[in-house]
Amino acid sequence: MSKVCIVFDRLRSEEKMLQKEALDLGCDTSMLDAKITQINTDSKKDDYDLGDVVLERCVSYFRGLHFTASLEFMDVSIINTYDVASICGNKMIMTLRLKKHNIPTPKTYFSFSSESAFENLEKVGYPLVIKPIIGSWGRGVMPLRDKDTAEAIMEIRDINDGPHDRIYYLQELIQRPPRDIRVITVGDEPIAAMYRKSSDGFKTNIALGADPELCEITKEMEDIAVKASKAMGGGILGIDMMEDEKKGLVVHEVNNTVEFKGLARVAKRNIPKAMVEYALTCIRK
Amino acid sequence: MNCSECDATLKILDDASVGEIVSCPDCGADFEIASKDGSNLVLKQAESVGEDWGE
Repeated sequence: MSKVCIVFDRLRSEEKMLQKEALDLGCDTSMLDAKITQINTDSKKDDYDLGDVVLERCVSYFRGLHFTASLEFMDVSIINTYDVASICGNKMIMTLRLKKHNIPTPKTYFSFSSESAFENLEKVGYPLVIKPIIGSWGRGVMPLRDKDTAEAIMEIRDINDGPHDRIYYLQELIQRPPRDIRVITVGDEPIAAMYRKSSDGFKTNIALGADPELCEITKEMEDIAVKASKAMGGGILGIDMMEDEKKGLVVHEVNNTVEFKGLARVAKRNIPKAMVEYALTCIRK
Repeated sequence: MNCSECDATLKILDDASVGEIVSCPDCGADFEIASKDGSNLVLKQAESVGEDWGE
């Protein structure tokens, strides 16, 4: 009997759904809290209850990423891999990867100091959307519509002076309906999609209260989602797209530890089941 | 079990698991279930949302 281990740092309904589906599929399961797990350079896979395959589900990106590195060091099969997590966790690296693989994505500008970012803004013109390269749930994402706003934001970034605050990621503001599309891919296969509708403002993150609605996966969505998944290195991903009025679908983000609670309630496919079934195919022979 | 911040009664489901978050209905403080042995629960203060939290 195969055993699926779910690594978490905050047990949410998604992790409980994954555990239930694994049990329903006849697997053993273990739940491992990354916060209280100690690893060292002599650690071996058998020192822990890691089962045959691990689903990394930490809500903290850096915790999950480094925990993944530790488990790969012990030759544990883990989803997603360190490489995938590191690409998806950094918007700049992810965007470069999308463009390199000819996947439609909004035009994005990178600067490496506030002076340079401001100079770029003045050259390109307003509005541009500023996004932190690390972070989620729409935090720190805002449209810069004029010089005053841009100056205020740049000043805050300079004061904060976190290492990632020095990297400026500015993206064209896409003309689109007040919604975006989230496609969940499992092993490069799109299994479900939803529209995320913004009720107020331009952010469409479910974590901020955007309204989820089931979306039929079109051939275009499927093709783009498959290409984006392959470009990242596969695994279990959330591909976010916008409907650009001129260019059609553009991928603006690929998420590594995809949240699916809302979509799971309305999707035709059993999302956590598909994820566990995929995990079982990743067990090292 | 009562909230350590405001003493309100916390509602914890019987099937709650270790690692789950319990929020106080009165003051909103978040607690994590640190251990569970039958009906005996140990709570600890939950981590606050970090800059790197999310998908």
